[in-house]
Amino acid sequence: MADAPKKGTLRAAYRRAADIKPRDARTWQVSLNAFAFLFSEMVQYNQTRVDNIAELEHRLEHAGYGVGLRMLELLCHREKKRSKASWNSLICPQHPMEIALWKDSLEKGTENEDEYMISEKELLVNRFISVPKDMGAFNCGAYVAGIVKGVLDGSGFPARVTAHFVPVEGQPRPRTTILIKFSEEVLQREARLS
Amino acid sequence: MASNVYNLFIINKSGGLIFYKDYGSLGRLDTNDSLRLASLWHSMHAISQQLSPTLGCYGIELLEADTFDLRCFQALTGTKFFVVAEPGTQGLDSLLKNVYGLYVDYVLKNPFYEVEMPIRCELFDLSLTQLIRKDKGVIGR
Repeated sequence: MADAPKKGTLRAAYRRAADIKPRDARTWQVSLNAFAFLFSEMVQYNQTRVDNIAELEHRLEHAGYGVGLRMLELLCHREKKRSKASWNSLICPQHPMEIALWKDSLEKGTENEDEYMISEKELLVNRFISVPKDMGAFNCGAYVAGIVKGVLDGSGFPARVTAHFVPVEGQPRPRTTILIKFSEEVLQREARLS
Repeated sequence: MASNVYNLFIINKSGGLIFYKDYGSLGRLDTNDSLRLASLWHSMHAISQQLSPTLGCYGIELLEADTFDLRCFQALTGTKFFVVAEPGTQGLDSLLKNVYGLYVDYVLKNPFYEVEMPIRCELFDLSLTQLIRKDKGVIGR
Protein backbone atom coordinates (compact mmCIF):
# COMPACT_ATOMS: atom_id res chain seq x y z
CA MET A 1 0.00 0.00 0.00
CA ALA A 2 1.33 3.38 -0.95
CA ASP A 3 0.29 5.15 2.21
CA ALA A 4 0.36 2.25 4.65
CA PRO A 5 -0.21 3.64 8.15
CA LYS A 6 2.69 3.39 10.55
CA LYS A 7 2.59 0.50 12.98
CA GLY A 8 0.99 1.45 16.25
CA THR A 9 -1.01 4.41 15.02
CA LEU A 10 -4.74 4.63 15.51
CA ARG A 11 -5.41 4.23 11.79
CA ALA A 12 -3.40 1.05 11.80
CA ALA A 13 -5.57 -0.26 14.63
CA TYR A 14 -8.77 0.49 12.69
CA ARG A 15 -7.41 -1.20 9.57
CA ARG A 16 -6.49 -4.33 11.50
CA ALA A 17 -9.91 -4.44 13.20
CA ALA A 18 -11.62 -4.26 9.82
CA ASP A 19 -9.61 -7.24 8.60
CA ILE A 20 -11.14 -9.48 11.23
CA LYS A 21 -13.98 -11.44 9.72
CA PRO A 22 -15.55 -14.57 11.14
CA ARG A 23 -14.77 -17.51 8.94
CA ASP A 24 -18.10 -19.03 9.70
CA ALA A 25 -20.76 -16.83 11.27
CA ARG A 26 -22.15 -19.71 13.30
CA THR A 27 -18.91 -20.36 15.19
CA TRP A 28 -18.11 -16.75 16.01
CA GLN A 29 -17.35 -16.84 19.70
CA VAL A 30 -17.27 -14.05 22.26
CA SER A 31 -15.44 -14.24 25.56
CA LEU A 32 -17.84 -14.87 28.44
CA ASN A 33 -15.76 -12.71 30.75
CA ALA A 34 -15.82 -9.79 28.33
CA PHE A 35 -19.59 -10.05 28.03
CA ALA A 36 -20.02 -10.33 31.81
CA PHE A 37 -17.97 -7.18 32.43
CA LEU A 38 -19.76 -5.29 29.68
CA PHE A 39 -23.17 -6.27 31.01
CA SER A 40 -22.14 -5.39 34.56
CA GLU A 41 -21.05 -1.95 33.38
CA MET A 42 -24.32 -1.48 31.52
CA VAL A 43 -26.30 -2.21 34.69
CA GLN A 44 -24.13 0.18 36.70
CA TYR A 45 -24.48 2.88 34.05
CA ASN A 46 -28.24 2.67 34.19
CA GLN A 47 -28.35 2.43 37.97
CA THR A 48 -26.88 5.92 38.33
CA ARG A 49 -29.53 7.39 36.06
CA VAL A 50 -32.71 6.04 37.63
CA ASP A 51 -34.65 6.73 40.81
CA ASN A 52 -36.17 3.36 41.47
CA ILE A 53 -35.89 -0.32 40.62
CA ALA A 54 -38.85 -0.45 38.25
CA GLU A 55 -37.21 2.18 36.09
CA LEU A 56 -33.93 0.24 36.07
CA GLU A 57 -35.75 -2.87 34.88
CA HIS A 58 -37.48 -0.81 32.23
CA ARG A 59 -34.17 0.57 30.97
CA LEU A 60 -32.60 -2.87 30.76
CA GLU A 61 -35.66 -4.13 28.91
CA HIS A 62 -35.38 -1.24 26.50
CA ALA A 63 -31.75 -2.08 25.87
CA GLY A 64 -32.67 -5.71 25.18
CA TYR A 65 -35.51 -4.64 22.89
CA GLY A 66 -33.11 -3.12 20.39
CA VAL A 67 -31.02 -6.27 20.46
CA GLY A 68 -34.11 -8.43 19.90
CA LEU A 69 -35.23 -6.50 16.83
CA ARG A 70 -31.82 -6.77 15.22
CA MET A 71 -31.40 -10.40 16.20
CA LEU A 72 -34.68 -11.19 14.45
CA GLU A 73 -33.17 -9.98 11.19
CA LEU A 74 -30.04 -12.01 11.76
CA LEU A 75 -31.98 -15.17 12.55
CA CYS A 76 -34.16 -14.68 9.48
CA HIS A 77 -31.03 -14.33 7.41
CA ARG A 78 -29.66 -17.60 8.74
CA GLU A 79 -32.88 -19.56 8.55
CA LYS A 80 -33.30 -19.18 4.81
CA LYS A 81 -34.75 -22.62 4.34
CA ARG A 82 -37.87 -21.96 6.43
CA SER A 83 -40.94 -21.19 4.38
CA LYS A 84 -42.98 -18.09 4.98
CA ALA A 85 -45.99 -20.17 5.94
CA SER A 86 -44.56 -21.33 9.25
CA TRP A 87 -44.28 -17.77 10.51
CA ASN A 88 -48.00 -17.19 10.47
CA SER A 89 -48.76 -20.41 12.27
CA LEU A 90 -50.16 -20.66 15.75
CA ILE A 91 -48.33 -19.08 18.62
CA CYS A 92 -47.78 -22.51 20.11
CA PRO A 93 -44.35 -24.14 20.34
CA GLN A 94 -43.84 -23.77 16.62
CA HIS A 95 -42.77 -20.17 16.68
CA PRO A 96 -39.52 -20.47 14.69
CA MET A 97 -37.74 -17.72 16.51
CA GLU A 98 -38.29 -19.25 19.91
CA ILE A 99 -36.90 -22.52 18.67
CA ALA A 100 -33.86 -20.77 17.27
CA LEU A 101 -33.18 -19.01 20.55
CA TRP A 102 -34.27 -21.64 23.03
CA LYS A 103 -34.16 -25.37 22.41
CA ASP A 104 -36.91 -26.02 25.00
CA SER A 105 -40.28 -25.15 23.63
CA LEU A 106 -42.64 -22.60 25.04
CA GLU A 107 -44.77 -23.83 27.89
CA LYS A 108 -48.32 -22.69 28.17
CA GLY A 109 -49.27 -20.92 31.38
CA THR A 110 -52.03 -22.56 33.36
CA GLU A 111 -53.77 -19.47 34.62
CA ASN A 112 -54.47 -17.41 31.53
CA GLU A 113 -55.04 -18.13 27.88
CA ASP A 114 -52.63 -15.49 26.72
CA GLU A 115 -49.63 -16.44 28.87
CA TYR A 116 -46.64 -18.52 27.84
CA MET A 117 -43.45 -19.23 29.74
CA ILE A 118 -39.84 -20.06 29.01
CA SER A 119 -38.11 -21.61 31.98
CA GLU A 120 -34.34 -21.60 32.38
CA LYS A 121 -32.13 -22.98 35.12
CA GLU A 122 -30.02 -19.85 35.08
CA LEU A 123 -29.87 -17.01 32.58
CA LEU A 124 -26.42 -16.30 31.20
CA VAL A 125 -26.64 -12.66 32.17
CA ASN A 126 -27.43 -13.57 35.78
CA ARG A 127 -24.62 -16.06 36.13
CA PHE A 128 -22.23 -13.83 38.04
CA ILE A 129 -24.73 -11.43 39.56
CA SER A 130 -25.90 -11.52 43.18
CA VAL A 131 -28.72 -9.07 43.73
CA PRO A 132 -28.57 -7.42 47.18
CA LYS A 133 -31.52 -8.15 49.45
CA ASP A 134 -32.67 -4.54 49.55
CA MET A 135 -33.43 -4.59 45.84
CA GLY A 136 -36.25 -7.02 46.32
CA ALA A 137 -37.30 -8.99 43.31
CA PHE A 138 -35.15 -7.14 40.80
CA ASN A 139 -33.92 -9.38 38.00
CA CYS A 140 -31.26 -8.49 35.46
CA GLY A 141 -33.06 -10.95 33.24
CA ALA A 142 -35.14 -7.94 32.28
CA TYR A 143 -32.53 -7.55 29.55
CA VAL A 144 -33.30 -11.00 28.18
CA ALA A 145 -37.03 -10.29 28.51
CA GLY A 146 -36.39 -7.22 26.37
CA ILE A 147 -34.68 -9.34 23.72
CA VAL A 148 -37.67 -11.69 23.59
CA LYS A 149 -40.03 -8.73 23.39
CA GLY A 150 -38.03 -7.31 20.49
CA VAL A 151 -38.12 -10.59 18.62
CA LEU A 152 -41.87 -11.00 19.17
CA ASP A 153 -42.73 -7.42 18.33
CA GLY A 154 -40.62 -7.53 15.20
CA SER A 155 -42.36 -10.66 13.94
CA GLY A 156 -45.82 -9.32 14.58
CA PHE A 157 -46.72 -10.81 17.96
CA PRO A 158 -46.82 -7.88 20.37
CA ALA A 159 -46.55 -9.00 23.97
CA ARG A 160 -45.59 -7.97 27.48
CA VAL A 161 -42.52 -9.93 28.53
CA THR A 162 -41.10 -10.10 32.04
CA ALA A 163 -38.48 -12.17 33.83
CA HIS A 164 -39.16 -13.71 37.24
CA PHE A 165 -37.27 -15.74 39.77
CA VAL A 166 -39.00 -18.96 40.73
CA PRO A 167 -37.63 -20.59 43.90
CA VAL A 168 -37.07 -24.33 43.64
CA GLU A 169 -37.19 -26.84 46.47
CA GLY A 170 -33.76 -27.99 47.56
CA GLN A 171 -31.81 -25.65 45.30
CA PRO A 172 -30.00 -22.60 46.64
CA ARG A 173 -30.48 -20.66 43.42
CA PRO A 174 -33.94 -20.02 41.99
CA ARG A 175 -34.85 -20.85 38.41
CA THR A 176 -35.72 -18.02 36.06
CA THR A 177 -38.94 -17.87 34.11
CA ILE A 178 -39.63 -15.52 31.25
CA LEU A 179 -43.32 -14.78 31.15
CA ILE A 180 -44.85 -13.78 27.83
CA LYS A 181 -48.29 -12.20 27.87
CA PHE A 182 -49.59 -11.72 24.35
CA SER A 183 -51.75 -8.72 23.64
CA GLU A 184 -55.43 -8.86 22.74
CA GLU A 185 -54.99 -8.34 19.01
CA VAL A 186 -52.75 -11.39 18.69
CA LEU A 187 -55.29 -13.68 20.34
CA GLN A 188 -58.08 -12.29 18.22
CA ARG A 189 -56.05 -12.78 15.08
CA GLU A 190 -55.25 -16.38 15.99
CA ALA A 191 -58.89 -17.01 16.75
CA ARG A 192 -59.80 -15.66 13.31
CA LEU A 193 -57.17 -17.70 11.49
CA SER A 194 -57.73 -21.07 13.13
CA MET B 1 -14.83 -33.99 59.99
CA ALA B 2 -12.22 -31.60 61.38
CA SER B 3 -11.51 -28.72 59.11
CA ASN B 4 -7.88 -27.93 58.44
CA VAL B 5 -8.59 -24.35 57.45
CA TYR B 6 -9.25 -22.03 60.40
CA ASN B 7 -10.14 -18.81 58.65
CA LEU B 8 -9.91 -16.86 55.40
CA PHE B 9 -9.30 -13.13 55.00
CA ILE B 10 -9.47 -10.84 52.00
CA ILE B 11 -8.04 -7.34 52.32
CA ASN B 12 -8.17 -4.52 49.78
CA LYS B 13 -5.19 -2.56 48.59
CA SER B 14 -5.44 0.01 51.40
CA GLY B 15 -5.42 -2.70 54.07
CA GLY B 16 -9.11 -2.71 54.98
CA LEU B 17 -10.78 -6.05 55.58
CA ILE B 18 -13.38 -6.77 52.91
CA PHE B 19 -14.10 -10.40 53.64
CA TYR B 20 -13.64 -12.67 56.62
CA LYS B 21 -14.88 -16.21 57.11
CA ASP B 22 -14.02 -18.72 59.79
CA TYR B 23 -14.38 -22.46 59.63
CA GLY B 24 -14.72 -24.39 62.83
CA SER B 25 -14.46 -23.14 66.39
CA LEU B 26 -10.66 -23.02 66.48
CA GLY B 27 -9.34 -19.58 65.69
CA ARG B 28 -12.73 -17.89 65.65
CA LEU B 29 -12.41 -14.11 65.88
CA ASP B 30 -14.99 -11.45 66.54
CA THR B 31 -15.43 -8.50 64.17
CA ASN B 32 -13.08 -6.08 65.88
CA ASP B 33 -10.32 -8.64 66.22
CA SER B 34 -10.56 -9.64 62.60
CA LEU B 35 -10.36 -6.00 61.45
CA ARG B 36 -7.37 -5.38 63.68
CA LEU B 37 -5.62 -8.53 62.50
CA ALA B 38 -6.21 -7.64 58.87
CA SER B 39 -4.65 -4.19 59.10
CA LEU B 40 -1.80 -5.65 61.16
CA TRP B 41 -1.07 -8.18 58.48
CA HIS B 42 -1.28 -5.53 55.77
CA SER B 43 1.39 -3.45 57.53
CA MET B 44 3.61 -6.46 58.19
CA HIS B 45 3.33 -7.50 54.58
CA ALA B 46 4.38 -4.06 53.42
CA ILE B 47 7.28 -3.83 55.87
CA SER B 48 8.59 -7.26 54.91
CA GLN B 49 8.76 -6.08 51.31
CA GLN B 50 11.18 -3.34 52.35
CA LEU B 51 13.20 -5.47 54.74
CA SER B 52 13.72 -8.43 52.45
CA PRO B 53 17.37 -9.12 51.57
CA THR B 54 16.36 -10.72 48.26
CA LEU B 55 15.54 -8.58 45.24
CA GLY B 56 12.09 -8.67 43.75
CA CYS B 57 10.33 -9.72 46.91
CA TYR B 58 6.63 -8.89 47.02
CA GLY B 59 5.98 -9.67 50.66
CA ILE B 60 5.42 -12.56 53.04
CA GLU B 61 3.99 -15.63 51.37
CA LEU B 62 4.15 -18.16 54.19
CA LEU B 63 4.29 -17.85 57.94
CA GLU B 64 4.83 -21.08 59.89
CA ALA B 65 4.18 -21.13 63.59
CA ASP B 66 3.74 -23.88 66.21
CA THR B 67 -0.03 -23.80 66.24
CA PHE B 68 -0.87 -22.54 62.74
CA ASP B 69 0.30 -21.91 59.19
CA LEU B 70 -0.55 -18.67 57.42
CA ARG B 71 -0.31 -18.48 53.67
CA CYS B 72 -0.81 -15.23 51.78
CA PHE B 73 -1.43 -14.52 48.12
CA GLN B 74 -1.18 -11.01 46.72
CA ALA B 75 -2.79 -10.25 43.42
CA LEU B 76 -1.19 -7.79 40.99
CA THR B 77 -3.74 -5.17 42.03
CA GLY B 78 -2.70 -5.27 45.68
CA THR B 79 -5.69 -7.26 46.94
CA LYS B 80 -4.44 -9.84 49.44
CA PHE B 81 -5.94 -13.22 50.21
CA PHE B 82 -4.66 -15.06 53.23
CA VAL B 83 -5.68 -18.19 55.02
CA VAL B 84 -4.83 -19.48 58.50
CA ALA B 85 -4.78 -23.24 58.81
CA GLU B 86 -3.52 -26.19 60.85
CA PRO B 87 0.26 -26.60 60.76
CA GLY B 88 1.49 -28.70 57.87
CA THR B 89 -1.63 -28.30 55.71
CA GLN B 90 -0.93 -28.87 52.03
CA GLY B 91 -2.67 -27.32 49.06
CA LEU B 92 -3.25 -23.89 50.57
CA ASP B 93 -1.52 -22.29 47.64
CA SER B 94 -3.97 -23.64 45.09
CA LEU B 95 -6.84 -22.93 47.47
CA LEU B 96 -5.93 -19.25 47.49
CA LYS B 97 -5.62 -19.19 43.71
CA ASN B 98 -9.08 -20.73 43.44
CA VAL B 99 -10.52 -18.20 45.87
CA TYR B 100 -8.99 -15.47 43.72
CA GLY B 101 -10.72 -17.02 40.71
CA LEU B 102 -14.04 -16.97 42.54
CA TYR B 103 -13.46 -13.38 43.61
CA VAL B 104 -12.87 -12.30 40.02
CA ASP B 105 -15.98 -14.14 38.84
CA TYR B 106 -18.63 -13.51 41.45
CA VAL B 107 -17.51 -10.27 43.05
CA LEU B 108 -15.92 -8.19 40.31
CA LYS B 109 -18.53 -9.07 37.70
CA ASN B 110 -21.35 -8.17 40.05
CA PRO B 111 -22.73 -4.74 39.10
CA PHE B 112 -23.99 -4.20 42.66
CA TYR B 113 -20.56 -4.52 44.23
CA GLU B 114 -18.51 -1.38 44.85
CA VAL B 115 -14.81 -2.04 44.52
CA GLU B 116 -12.79 -1.97 47.76
CA MET B 117 -15.98 -2.27 49.85
CA PRO B 118 -16.92 -5.25 52.07
CA ILE B 119 -18.08 -8.20 50.00
CA ARG B 120 -21.78 -9.00 50.29
CA CYS B 121 -22.33 -11.32 47.34
CA GLU B 122 -24.49 -14.37 47.83
CA LEU B 123 -22.97 -16.25 44.90
CA PHE B 124 -19.44 -15.70 46.20
CA ASP B 125 -20.38 -17.12 49.61
CA LEU B 126 -22.11 -20.13 48.04
CA SER B 127 -19.28 -21.04 45.73
CA LEU B 128 -16.68 -20.47 48.45
CA THR B 129 -18.50 -22.88 50.76
CA GLN B 130 -18.59 -25.43 47.96
CA LEU B 131 -14.88 -24.96 47.30
CA ILE B 132 -13.89 -25.40 50.95
CA ARG B 133 -16.14 -28.44 51.30
CA LYS B 134 -14.65 -30.01 48.20
CA ASP B 135 -11.10 -29.33 49.34
CA LYS B 136 -11.67 -30.74 52.82
CA GLY B 137 -10.99 -34.18 51.48
CA VAL B 138 -7.98 -33.04 49.45
CA ILE B 139 -6.27 -30.72 51.91
CA GLY B 140 -4.50 -32.61 54.64
CA ARG B 141 -1.25 -34.18 55.60
